[in-house]
Amino acid sequence: MSVNIQMMVNGAKVAATIDPSMTLVEFIREHLRLTGTHVGCNTSQCGACTVHVNGRAVKSCSLLVAQAQGAEIVTIEGLAAANGDMHPMQAAFKEHHGLQCGFCTPGMVMSACELKSKLSNPTDEQIRANLDGNICRCTGYQNIVSSVKAGLAAMQ
Amino acid sequence: MKADGIGARVTRKEDHRFLTGNGQYTDDIILPRQTYAVFVRSPHAHATINNVNATAALAMPGVIAVFSGKDIEESKIGGLPCGWGITSKDGTPAIEPPHPILCIGKARYVGDHVAVVIAETIEQARKGAEAVEVDFGILPAVVATGTAAASKTAVHEQAPNNVCYTWGHGDEAGVKAAFANAHHISELSLTNQRLAPNAMEPRAANAAYDRSSESYTLYVSNQNPHVERLLMCAFVLGIPEHKMRVVAPDVGGGFGSKIFVYAEETVLVWASKRVGRPIKWTADRTEAFLSDAHGRDHVTKAQLAMDKDGKFLAFRVDTTAAMGAYLSTFSTAVPTILYGTLLAGQYTTPSIYVEVTAVFTNTSPVDAYRGAGRPEATYVVERMVETAARDMKMDPAEIRRRNFIRTFPYATPVGLTYDVGDYDATLDGAIKMADVAGFAARKAASEARGMKRGIGYSSYIEACGLAPSNVAGALGARAGLFESGEVRVHPTGKVEVFTGSHSHGQGHETTFAQVVADKLGIPIDDVSISHGDTGKVLFGMGTYGSRSLAVGGSAIVKAVDKVIAKGKKIAAHLLEASDTDIEFVNGEFRVKGTDKKVPFATVSLTAYVPHNYPLDKLEPGLNENAFYDPTNFTYPAGCHICEVEVDPQTGKVEVCAFTAMDDFGNIINPMIVEGQVHGGVAQGLGQAMLEDCIYDPESGQLLTATYMDYAMPRADDFPNFKVGTHVTACTHNPLGVKGCGEAGAIGSPPAFINAVTDAIGVKHIDMPATPERVWRAMQAA
Repeated sequence: MSVNIQMMVNGAKVAATIDPSMTLVEFIREHLRLTGTHVGCNTSQCGACTVHVNGRAVKSCSLLVAQAQGAEIVTIEGLAAANGDMHPMQAAFKEHHGLQCGFCTPGMVMSACELKSKLSNPTDEQIRANLDGNICRCTGYQNIVSSVKAGLAAMQ
Repeated sequence: MKADGIGARVTRKEDHRFLTGNGQYTDDIILPRQTYAVFVRSPHAHATINNVNATAALAMPGVIAVFSGKDIEESKIGGLPCGWGITSKDGTPAIEPPHPILCIGKARYVGDHVAVVIAETIEQARKGAEAVEVDFGILPAVVATGTAAASKTAVHEQAPNNVCYTWGHGDEAGVKAAFANAHHISELSLTNQRLAPNAMEPRAANAAYDRSSESYTLYVSNQNPHVERLLMCAFVLGIPEHKMRVVAPDVGGGFGSKIFVYAEETVLVWASKRVGRPIKWTADRTEAFLSDAHGRDHVTKAQLAMDKDGKFLAFRVDTTAAMGAYLSTFSTAVPTILYGTLLAGQYTTPSIYVEVTAVFTNTSPVDAYRGAGRPEATYVVERMVETAARDMKMDPAEIRRRNFIRTFPYATPVGLTYDVGDYDATLDGAIKMADVAGFAARKAASEARGMKRGIGYSSYIEACGLAPSNVAGALGARAGLFESGEVRVHPTGKVEVFTGSHSHGQGHETTFAQVVADKLGIPIDDVSISHGDTGKVLFGMGTYGSRSLAVGGSAIVKAVDKVIAKGKKIAAHLLEASDTDIEFVNGEFRVKGTDKKVPFATVSLTAYVPHNYPLDKLEPGLNENAFYDPTNFTYPAGCHICEVEVDPQTGKVEVCAFTAMDDFGNIINPMIVEGQVHGGVAQGLGQAMLEDCIYDPESGQLLTATYMDYAMPRADDFPNFKVGTHVTACTHNPLGVKGCGEAGAIGSPPAFINAVTDAIGVKHIDMPATPERVWRAMQAA
């Protein structure tokens, strides 16, 4: 059995016929070959697969692609400008050394961007509490918190 | 200071690709005619494999091949080698049982590799793996480390009592004599629990065989691609090295777990020729928990003898260390060479003896994990020193000061010679930064709220950049411990550097470029760093043990020096001077004492367009290699202070403040160093507060094999850490650097446990100090 789906991904219309058991992250990585979205656990614990679905940060390993029918999806590849200029949150992560190996980073950045709609002028504690769905093994989170703080300020 | 040179806070060159989704990790690579592998793993900790029936699996849609131990045996493929030979105290060598790449006859831990299924798609491979019928005969399992040697069951017939080796190091008689005359002997029994490394990128590999060139390419998530190639070619598969290229592209964290040669990628390389197509395998998270080499897992008893003033006289440590079911690549060296030799810590203890019994258990293999042996040593030493201070009713800082090493070089009684350090400076600096003077008031404020507050110190030392090769060889190493560097200057003066070190988060593309830009006086954007590909890089021993800058960076500096030396000869010709009169300053070759000069890019262009060139005396080109073999370890050291508050109602511990004052020698990029410390401290606190690999004691099932069962540190578990550095430059490498990658994970666990036990007034509590454990300890106190 297969189903037809269509959605907007990073501003472009995509359509495909897929197996209904396919997850959104498999579709993004294997079908669209957008490999910036990563899989760290496949159980929605680590957040490496976080993308935006209709403006909300969602763990794409735990959503079937069919559930995203008609949705507007933004992946890490869709954040920067076409000329390569980074989104303010991406720029803040670079400026504040908010990444090391880079594997959790796309999910971390996508989660961080969503905080703009949740928090205004957040404290470090609020940022930490809101990032508890994204695991990073490298940074000890400290510079991620600094990055997110600066990134949110730059997005104002 | 040059704005993008040594010592500057330069943002990272690699970040743009990681931040925009353009990193390329192993699983991101799809090769033409790609196939996918799934491993059939043992669900039992210990079982005979009576039969593997692949008939049904082979009939499944898309399944291309199924291989099991029988195929490996028939192909005469050797087992995975152990890279370090250890000799027991009775003179016999460690027992090294076979480590087949697919189980032959027996499975020895949950997750052991029984068979591999290769299919057109990953889904078809998964379904095929489910259809493989394995007839297991379940055997009793050896699980607990502390009792393995007394078990009636043997993991390997070669080691009937499960003992791999019993290693003794130091002066046993001297320790015994000192104990007899001691004023006081403090004692401590502790466990350093087993951890899963949990690099966020699960291990992955993609192997391809090309019939026309009769050569293999392996993409693999690995910290040392040349070591991977050497071991796999020379010891397992018998492939000539020039017929195999190993690429470790972007690697999403390692922490030691990606040093080793694993069964999975070895099977893939072998099978890629059999099926004639590329084969990819990527671990899922539970597979990573089961099959990545774990860390730590020591059970230890320690005794420290003192005189009436709290001066340390002698130290004895008895440790049982788990090897797991097989000897992983550097497993044998971790609880010996990297542990016993560090037991002097920062102290002048004159007599030390350590005895380590390494045991096989039906669990995942154990090997190097961030710090590798040194965190275990530091935990014993710093918990012991804290216990001694309490026994002697002395201030914990004062007992440390009373015993610090202050003259260098200092030869410890356990075989190392510390070249330089200033332990008073890091202790005093940490005390100041942590505001220890204000602790009593903070404690009173906590108590007024019904909370308990404690403070803990850890004055750690570690040994990095394991070397020199000949000494390591005499101690059992089966590999060299040098590093290589190549500096290729292009005609226009742009520079490409090839290093045998590997970056999997450390930021070498930036720090190494800072070093080269500084030495050559050119912009950092004119320098690029290449690593992680045996097809590009001359040779390399990779990245582990905080060695990259101290060893790999030194090799690059040596190669840069050769470039400058040759450049001087070319400049001398162009400036019609003697090369002994040429100096190289700020990117220009100058005739000393004159205004005659020629820029670096003119010299490089002349080297490649040698029209006005001393061809009779000098080869064209400007490309230099160097190998660097250090003359000693480096010895990063420092002091960590942890302050905690415990809720007596729940046992929950909050880290209120954590201070790290470290001496890493000279620093190339302070931003990156701070990041390494933050990450290391979080990893050490993760061990101390949260993480634990728990096996069912009877069945040997790993009960903590998902992120819902294994507590990973998250953003809301920590406060901001206070970090600072004090510099005593390493005396024996050209950059004066020591290494900073592991210190955080080494220093922090004892600081935390010292703080928790101080807060609740108990002698000891094992890690992780979960609320339940802390609460129970408080009830028992």
